[in-house]
Amino acid sequence: MIDLVGYGAFFLTTALIFSLVTLGLNLQWGLTGLFNVGLAGFVAIGAYTSALLTTPDDPARLGGFGLPILIGWLGAMFVGGVAAALTGIATLRLRSDYLAITTFGVAVVVQLVALNAQKLTGGPFGIGFIPRPFGDLAETPLLFNLSNLAIVSAVTLCAYLALEHLTRSPWGRVLKALREDERAAISLGKSARFYRVQAFAVGGAIMALAGALQAHFIGFIAPDNYLSILTFQVWVMLIVGGSGSNAGAVAGSVMVWAIWAGSGALTSVLFTPEQQARAASLQIVAIGVMLCVILLVRPNGLFGERPRRMRFGKRVKATAGESGP
Amino acid sequence: MNLQFVVDGLLTGSMIGLGAIGVTLTYSILRFSNFAHGDFMAWGTYATLAVVGAIATMFGKVAPIAPLSFGWPLIVALVVGVAFTALLALLLDKVLFSRLRKQEQAIIVVMGSFGASMALRSLLEFIFTSRPTYFSRAIQIAMPVGFGIRITPDQIALLLLTAALVLGVHLVATRTQTGRSMQAMSQNPALARIAGIDVASVVRVTWVIGAALACVAGVMIGVLVQIRPLMGFDMLLPMFAAAILGGIGSIPGAVLGGLIIGLAEAAAVQLIGAEWRAGVSFIILMAVLIVRPIGLFGVRER
Repeated sequence: MIDLVGYGAFFLTTALIFSLVTLGLNLQWGLTGLFNVGLAGFVAIGAYTSALLTTPDDPARLGGFGLPILIGWLGAMFVGGVAAALTGIATLRLRSDYLAITTFGVAVVVQLVALNAQKLTGGPFGIGFIPRPFGDLAETPLLFNLSNLAIVSAVTLCAYLALEHLTRSPWGRVLKALREDERAAISLGKSARFYRVQAFAVGGAIMALAGALQAHFIGFIAPDNYLSILTFQVWVMLIVGGSGSNAGAVAGSVMVWAIWAGSGALTSVLFTPEQQARAASLQIVAIGVMLCVILLVRPNGLFGERPRRMRFGKRVKATAGESGP
Repeated sequence: MNLQFVVDGLLTGSMIGLGAIGVTLTYSILRFSNFAHGDFMAWGTYATLAVVGAIATMFGKVAPIAPLSFGWPLIVALVVGVAFTALLALLLDKVLFSRLRKQEQAIIVVMGSFGASMALRSLLEFIFTSRPTYFSRAIQIAMPVGFGIRITPDQIALLLLTAALVLGVHLVATRTQTGRSMQAMSQNPALARIAGIDVASVVRVTWVIGAALACVAGVMIGVLVQIRPLMGFDMLLPMFAAAILGGIGSIPGAVLGGLIIGLAEAAAVQLIGAEWRAGVSFIILMAVLIVRPIGLFGVRER
C-alpha cells in the first residue's frame, strides 16, 4: 500500500514536470502560434544551467558553484528565456517554417554541446550529485517522494495561475489577436514580432524551469534525457489536451504520461529483456500514429474548445509586407 | 592543411544536395517543410538493402564489377528501392499530407510530418534494430590522385552518379512541360490552377522526384558510411540548411548549398574535430537567416 502511494507520488511528480513543459509550449504554440520542435533543447539548457550553478565544485569541469537551489532555478529560467529570445529574434520576421527548422537546429546543437563540451557539461556521462530539495529525507522514500510532489505541484500551480492570468491580461489578448488576425492587430499599432519574441522567451523560460526541476528531482542528468523523443512526447501531450487551454495542457500531460508509463510497464512484462528495445520503438510508432490521427480527426485536440481560425496564407502575406522593402 | 577534405566534402555535399532537392521542392510546391524527408532516405536505403539480400539468396554470391565494391545486384536493388521510396511518399501523401493540407494551416502539415517522421524511424528500429549494417564490408584501396588527395573507385562512381542525376532533374525542371508546371505551382498556385495545370499530377511528380533522390542519397551513405535507422534524421538539419542557403525552390541552389555545407563540414572535421561536425549546418543556417534569408538563388516571397 505504502509502495503504491510512493509510486503514485513519483508518477505524478514526473507527469507534473511534463505538464510544466507543456504549459510553456502552450504559450508558444497554443496561444501565439509559434512552432517549436526543439523544446528538448530548452529543457536541457535549464537542466544544465541549474546543475552547473548548484552542484558542489568539481575540478573536472567548469564550476559546480554550490549555490542555493532557488538560484539555480532562477538562473535556468533566465538562460532558457534568453536562448529562446535570441532564437525568436533571428527567425520571427521570416516564414513560420523557419522558426521550426531553427528550433530543430537548437536542439541538435544543445545535444552536441552536452555530449562534447566536457569542460562544461561533463560529456556523455552527464552531471551527478545535483542537490535535491529534500535530500535529507532520502532515507524515508515515502516522505521524500511526497515532499517532492508537493514542491513540484506548487511550482506547476504557480506557473498555471500565472499563465491563466497572462492569457486574460491585455498582453495575452494581443497575442490572441495576432494569432487570429495579424493584420488587424498590426493596424492597432501592435508590433507582431516584438510580442511574439516575448511569448517565445517566456515559454522557453518555463521549459527551462521544468528541466531544472527534473534535474533536481532525479539528481543526475545526461545528454540522453534530451533527445527528440522528449520534444515529441510533449507535443503529443499538448495536442491531446487541446492547444490553447492551460488546463488541457496539464490534463493531456498526465493522461499521455499515464499511457506512456503504462504501456512501458506492459512491454516489460510481455517481452523478454532482449526484445524490450524493439518493443519500446513500437511504443513510439504507436504514439506517432496517434498524433497523426488526432491531427486528422480532431485538430483542436480531444479537449480543445475553441475552433482556431488562424489562416496562414494571410499571415505570410502580412509578414512579407511588414519586412518587405 | 590536407586537401583530402575537398573529396570528403564533395561526397558529403552530394548526399546533402540530393536530399535538399526534395526538401526544397516540397517546400516551394507543397508549401511545408517536411520533417519526414530524412526518413524517406533511411527507408529507401533499408528497402535497397532488403532487395540486395533477396538477390543474394536467389542468385548466390555475385562478383562485384571490376574496381567497385558492389555488383549489379546493388544497381538493380537501387532501382527497386527508388520505386519503393516513391510509392511510400505517395502513400504517405494520400493518407496524411493531402488531408492535412486541406485544413489550410501550413504548420499543421509540418507537425504531421514530425509525427510521421518519428513513427517511420521507430518502425525501422523495430524491424531492423538500431544496430548499424553495411552493403559491403570489403575495404577499398584509395588511389592517390595528387595534391595529397586519395579517392576510391566507389567514390568516383557516386560523384558521377550525383552529377548525372542533378543534371537530369535540372533538365526536367527547366525544359519539360511538367517542370514548367511545377514552377508555376511554386510561384502562384491559384493562377496555376486557373491556367489549367493538373495540380494533382504536379504534386505526385514532386513527391516522386524528392523521394527518389532521397533514396539515392541514402544508398550513397550506405555504400560510403553505414546504414542506421537514424541516418536520415541526422541528415535533416544539413538538408534544411542547404535548401535555405541555396534559396527555397531552386534546384541548383539546393545542390550548391549542399556542396558548401559538405565542404564546410569536412573542413571543420579537419580543423576543429569530428565531434563538432553537426554544428556546422546550424551556424550556416543562422548566418543565412540573419544576413540573406532568401538564400543564394531565392526569390522574395509574394
